[in-house]
Amino acid sequence: MTIRDKTAIAGLGSTPYYKRGTSLPQTLPELVCKAIIAAVDDAGLTVKDIDGFAYYSEGFDTPYLMETLGIPEIRYTATLTGSGGGSAGAVGLAASAIVSGMAETVVVVGGTQMAEQRFGSLMSAYPQTPENAFFSSAGLVGPGHMFALLARRHMHLYGTTREHFAEVAISTRLNAMRNPGAVMRKPMSRDDYFNAPMIADPCCLFDFCLETDGAIAVVVTSTERARDLRRDPVRILASTHGGGRDWGRALYWMNMPDEAFASGGHAPVARGLYAQAGVTPGDIDCAQIYDHFSPMVITQLEDYGFCGKGEGGPFVASGAIRYDGGSLPVNTDGGQLSAGYIWGMSHVREGVEQLRGTAVSQVADAELVLVTGGPSSLPVSGLILAK
Amino acid sequence: MSEISKAPPPELFTLTTDQWTKPFWEAAAAHRLVAPKCGCCSTFRMPPTPFCPNCLSQALEWPELSGHGVLYSYTIVARAIIPEMAAHLPYVPALVELPDAGGVRLITNIVGAPLDALEIGCPVEVVWDDRPDGVSIPCFRLVRTD
Repeated sequence: MTIRDKTAIAGLGSTPYYKRGTSLPQTLPELVCKAIIAAVDDAGLTVKDIDGFAYYSEGFDTPYLMETLGIPEIRYTATLTGSGGGSAGAVGLAASAIVSGMAETVVVVGGTQMAEQRFGSLMSAYPQTPENAFFSSAGLVGPGHMFALLARRHMHLYGTTREHFAEVAISTRLNAMRNPGAVMRKPMSRDDYFNAPMIADPCCLFDFCLETDGAIAVVVTSTERARDLRRDPVRILASTHGGGRDWGRALYWMNMPDEAFASGGHAPVARGLYAQAGVTPGDIDCAQIYDHFSPMVITQLEDYGFCGKGEGGPFVASGAIRYDGGSLPVNTDGGQLSAGYIWGMSHVREGVEQLRGTAVSQVADAELVLVTGGPSSLPVSGLILAK
Repeated sequence: MSEISKAPPPELFTLTTDQWTKPFWEAAAAHRLVAPKCGCCSTFRMPPTPFCPNCLSQALEWPELSGHGVLYSYTIVARAIIPEMAAHLPYVPALVELPDAGGVRLITNIVGAPLDALEIGCPVEVVWDDRPDGVSIPCFRLVRTD
């Protein structure tokens, strides 16, 4: 038994994307509730129909959401372990609840608000533990410092260059410029990229995702039921999460074997995803790739088989990920690098928009979209949505 | 003239240990670089954990290492993203592979190095960052090959 094609996304709701801290005085639970209300409304349902929640990255307080929204009864509330790696997988978690009969209308919601603690310095806020001592003693203050170590190794092994990272950043910005909801819509030239301050060499400011406030929710239900609801269903063809021991704690471990080290950690999840979906990389029409750091887009393109191992740099340099003329348009909404960082949920959102035909940068005849969760400690996750 | 790398900001780290990690830090306080080695199958692991991932033994040895390693990867941090970093820039978080510990890697820093001399594959050797709180942290410097 698999979850293949048995469930669908029936509703989508989002708050605006706010530059870090500017969503105040709204509270984070308030933003989350706004996204949920919008998602069930979009589906033609009400909050009283919700009977399940599927989260990732520690999730939200289900009884608080029930209390404030007046949800009468919940039959399923679960969170994928790990952090932003689970964004795409939480949709699969919801699907598994529905396929197993544990719930009928499951909301997946992600949200973030960076008022006091910025993500850019996240590790400096971690509690000191015996395990953390082995990285926090080295001045690895933020995720960018850690991913820079992976990026440089990829450059060393495969000849990847900052020109390749620049192509990811610029291509993504071009997409954001068309998106009225994107936070960063100023043009970015190659000179702008190379003149930007270096934050964690070889990663400069424009290799880093934005720091954003906002929340996004989707409503997952059976495909059969979704057909009777307001919107055309976006089918959940497959979703997998997890990963291999050779990736493991990844950034917090740094002892990955060489091949896994210079990767996005997604290779096992990708294999499972294509097998579950019964499709190949060549069937994917566009991809929403978790872009906390531009080099990690390149490594995931390799993990998901759009090019060979180590060939991600030349692949993006060929124009393959561009909306205009690319064979695989990537992060068509402007991604987390330029539209907004909602812990991966903006990628789920854009996947739904593409398959509904409502995307700002619509890929013609898009029928299959890949969505990935962030390369981080396991689990990492993937999702294939279908028209 | 290239800038010289410093040690990372000490304020951001307070050492806590458990019975599995304590021997590493106790040895460090005596300026001895050690690594955990399975007492049963001799597999090294880093950081220390309660079981050998190869054979599940809990027997552990802590052999002293030569202190020589190879630079596996690094980043240059030259911009403060929180105020505590400002006085310690630039610093160079790095991964150093330890050939005499089965190639396990330490997450560490390269100190005292001209930034333009950093290169993956460089030989490095341990030096000790003795902090005001009495904790010593293993860092590495480039080994001159000229």
